[in-house]
Amino acid sequence: MDVLKKVPVREQDAAVRARNFEEVCLGYNREEAMEEAQRCINCKNAQCIKGCPVAIDIPGFIQEVKAGNIEGAYQVISQSSALPAVCGRVCPQESQCEGKCIRGIKGEPISIGKLERFVADWAAENEIKPEGAKEKKHKKVAVIGSGPAGLTCAGDLAKMGYDVTIFEALHEAGGVLVYGIPEFRLPKEKVVQKEIENVKALGVTIETDVVIGKSITIDELMQEEGFDAVFIGSGAGLPKFMGIPGEQANGVFSANEYLTRSNLMKAFREDSRTPIMHGKKVAVVGGGNVAMDAARTALRLGAEVHIVYRRSEEELPARVEEVHHAKEEGIIFDLLTNPVEILSDENGWVNGIRCIQMELGEPDASGRRRPIEIPGSEFVIAVDTVIMSLGTSPNPLISSTTKGLEVNKWKCIIADEAHGKTTKEGVYAGGDAVTGAATVILAMGAGKAGAKGIDEYLSR
Amino acid sequence: MFQILEARELTENIYEMVVEAKRVAKACWPGQFVIVRIDGEGERIPLTICDYDRTAGTVTIVFQGVGAETKRMAALQAGDAFHDFVGPLGCASDLIAEDREALKKKKILFVAGGVGTAPVYPQVKWLHENGVKADVIVGAKTKNLLILEKEMQAVAGNLYVTTDDGSYGRSGMVTQTIQDLVEKEGKSYDVCIAIGPMIMMKFVCKMTEQLHIPTVVSLNPIMVDGTGMCGACRVTVDGKVKFACVDGPEFDGHKVDFDQAMKRQQMYKTEEGRALLREQEGSTHHGGCGNCGGDR
Repeated sequence: MDVLKKVPVREQDAAVRARNFEEVCLGYNREEAMEEAQRCINCKNAQCIKGCPVAIDIPGFIQEVKAGNIEGAYQVISQSSALPAVCGRVCPQESQCEGKCIRGIKGEPISIGKLERFVADWAAENEIKPEGAKEKKHKKVAVIGSGPAGLTCAGDLAKMGYDVTIFEALHEAGGVLVYGIPEFRLPKEKVVQKEIENVKALGVTIETDVVIGKSITIDELMQEEGFDAVFIGSGAGLPKFMGIPGEQANGVFSANEYLTRSNLMKAFREDSRTPIMHGKKVAVVGGGNVAMDAARTALRLGAEVHIVYRRSEEELPARVEEVHHAKEEGIIFDLLTNPVEILSDENGWVNGIRCIQMELGEPDASGRRRPIEIPGSEFVIAVDTVIMSLGTSPNPLISSTTKGLEVNKWKCIIADEAHGKTTKEGVYAGGDAVTGAATVILAMGAGKAGAKGIDEYLSR
Repeated sequence: MFQILEARELTENIYEMVVEAKRVAKACWPGQFVIVRIDGEGERIPLTICDYDRTAGTVTIVFQGVGAETKRMAALQAGDAFHDFVGPLGCASDLIAEDREALKKKKILFVAGGVGTAPVYPQVKWLHENGVKADVIVGAKTKNLLILEKEMQAVAGNLYVTTDDGSYGRSGMVTQTIQDLVEKEGKSYDVCIAIGPMIMMKFVCKMTEQLHIPTVVSLNPIMVDGTGMCGACRVTVDGKVKFACVDGPEFDGHKVDFDQAMKRQQMYKTEEGRALLREQEGSTHHGGCGNCGGDR
């Protein structure tokens, strides 16, 4: 064993997985996990914990894995994380825990994400549940949204003994874990459902089909339904479009629509009652994780797929692993390329995307080098489908119907980072509704902070 | 689960259901819509609210069996239940927020086409309950396809029924009746609210533009979540992209890009049509490749 290198993780072969929706990464088995755990040097002043938004006792759980006590490892993780099977799969470990790992200075860091995933999957297979509250507090908290922020906040509050109800607008709980992240990256039945069952097992009630701000307002929840505090984890919101000509043509989708049809409505399955466009040649505009998810979904539905991104590979906001997987599977990257117009036939169906080549200039406000158009470099890519993956802007449903809840100039809900406290008494918020589109783990961190804030508020 | 308390076929292929949905019934207003799902595998279907009873906690929906899913829905009976029934979604009709006294002085014309009569009904009923008389034109292809005539008669100021084939009431399109009322029968209107097939709303708007009557239309593009997340329902209004689910469903009809909206509806019809073909043709289905033109 080479201590400088991670124990390799088994994956589905790229050529095979490019044609199916099964999970790409197969994960460690017990032997591989215990071997990888040997590499952890159990630092006293563990940097990895500082890199984790929910501060999991990482060396603590790895020591348990090393000793072969997987249940013990699960209980260590559960103290900090409500969704370890999810995080082990979708966290950007390279810039968080693993990015801080001392082992990473010389050689590869410990494969913390894969170890977390193994522990969580083992616990699910062996039906180990997190421990619930010993005592009830007889106070009611409403959590809006059942995505990573809401589930984490609800789980933490339930463990403290609060009576928690989650309100979900869609017909199924899970938020972005269900509608956004594809099956091949995050299996729904095997992983997401199990994690949600675990949160329910802590005593949390989930009511689906309730759109807060429409079906009922936050004020009504507090005044008429007796909730003592509210946590808003309603997520990102309205998809952005570029504002270029031709964008309303048939065959132009937001990544949200495309992914929701495939993931939530199961349109990738032959027997699904929800349709999805099976494009032959697809352009996905954008370079984030959502763009990679949309591209790899289109690929699996049989298309030739181009990622069209205006900066260079170095600036791609997606996780390194996702870009790597996408390339292996045969996604074509048209970098330093920006769409200027979507072309369509006489019936209004997309038949091409006119792009212009870019070069990088001086760094802009985001610190990334600003892309500049190269005059006269326009060209057309023939495509029948365009998927816009440009991020989202906040949904005004809640902020516009809740008196005293203030938003910032980007229309995100104002909430303090440490406690999730908003400008309205008893109302806390976190996740994408506060920060704008970010990651699952940051939303979980915000859910945790919100639970802490609510506990302090209700304990006064 | 949301119990279906009553289910009946109003006329050929148009169905009415009264559904127990307490939260929706308590919070909804005329102009808003719901999304329903038949079962755990079902498609999300947006439907405009036709009536509601806050005390009984019920909401009435009316729909036509057009796609695979609405045909399946038509088979549901009283005693069955919807797996999901979420709402109210979208904005309430602007009329609701207007000053009641000002509203009473307003001359309002509703134009309903086909199954669009259903979403017009709660608005006229609400006005009636608030002491406002509105004129209503209801258009149908033929007498047999006319719905809610008695109900509408009870709440409308004047009801004008017209059929395309002249089999009942006036003869011709709703646009003809609008023109006749204004130009020949001495009527004048401050506002028109038109709900029906996209093509009808387009031509009503052309007519009312000529007659200088501000016009509101209710758009019903296919949508997925209905809360602003997917952007499938985007429409261009006054040159700006709007989401029908959160900004609408009602818009200034004189500013809606109907041609684009109709093209966009075609996209989903094709996909829905494919789903239906797949079901009807079973193993003989050619795959809905979209290339042969057979299912376009």
